[in-house]
Amino acid sequence: MAAEGSSSIDALAQFQLHTTLGPLGASVNFTQANLMMVVASLGVLALLYIGMKPRAMVPGRLQAAAEMGYEFVLSMCTEQIGPEGRRYFPLVFTIFFFILFGNLLGVFPYFFTFTSHIMVTLALSVFVFVLVTIVALKEHGLHFFSYFLPEGIPTILAPLMVAIEIISYFSRIISLSVRLFANMMAGHVMLEVFGAFIIMLGGLGLLGFIPAALSLGVNTLLIGFELLVATLQAYVFAVLTCIYLHDAVHLH
Amino acid sequence: MNQDQGGPDSSFEDRLKAARSKQGLDAQPKRPSDDRGGLNGSAMGIGLRVGLELVSALVVAVAIGYGLDRIFHTTPILTVVFVPLGGAAGVANLWRILAPKKSD
Repeated sequence: MAAEGSSSIDALAQFQLHTTLGPLGASVNFTQANLMMVVASLGVLALLYIGMKPRAMVPGRLQAAAEMGYEFVLSMCTEQIGPEGRRYFPLVFTIFFFILFGNLLGVFPYFFTFTSHIMVTLALSVFVFVLVTIVALKEHGLHFFSYFLPEGIPTILAPLMVAIEIISYFSRIISLSVRLFANMMAGHVMLEVFGAFIIMLGGLGLLGFIPAALSLGVNTLLIGFELLVATLQAYVFAVLTCIYLHDAVHLH
Repeated sequence: MNQDQGGPDSSFEDRLKAARSKQGLDAQPKRPSDDRGGLNGSAMGIGLRVGLELVSALVVAVAIGYGLDRIFHTTPILTVVFVPLGGAAGVANLWRILAPKKSD
């Protein structure tokens, strides 16, 4: 993609958006990121629908994957939030699998990682933030605002602490979105850089052959690492959603 | 640990769990309940998380200060006020992550 024929590595060109699905997509600005979101959603639905279709007592591989995903997220909810966590299970499940599929699909060639765009992750985290705040307001009413005033604070320090707590509360949006975005983007930039190394060094002839082979090895390792990061970041996003929901339900 | 929350069929759950662990189907109880879901994994994970929490609080504080300055036309003052608050909020974030857990 980048770097062919030129001597510079344009590692960020892979994140450029362009419209897909021909003139129809162009007329509504339907980019490949949107397409991948649809693919990821359909993938999750397909996993659950096709996986659970046999309803076998002894599950096959796909059914086992679907059941393990369900149990994994359910135990995450009940452990982090408490017994009330079951109410928020559908939300956490949706978020976890949407991000997981988005991250994992991005590892395939010619696919696009929509979670490598800060706008997408920011939208996700703003959604989580607003929802958590609404849950907290619904559970506790105006008592929720005592969250910003830790108990046992001297009265003189109270205004300072309230300001700090509010900033800290809002910083969740940034930290939640930047974590996912930075991890996914960094991984794909690394892949692109080492991929460009292979082409550039391979063009040098015999001298470049060994470093090019080394770069290929590094890229192979990076793909495996990318799989790990993809799963881990989806998990982290879901766990943090759970922790925020825990704070909203229990306050402190 | 993942104790079931007192469902009516808890004895069945218990027996199922016992059977599964006897067959080695369940992963061994590996989740230590003190860390928040394995977020405090490796040292590098902690390091990245610490940096991110510090910076994100600062970003929010600067954004608030700058925005309020734009509204009230007091250009540098509120930004200057909010930057130390943001730093403090970052440290508060860190304390929330790294503080020794209370036994509640």
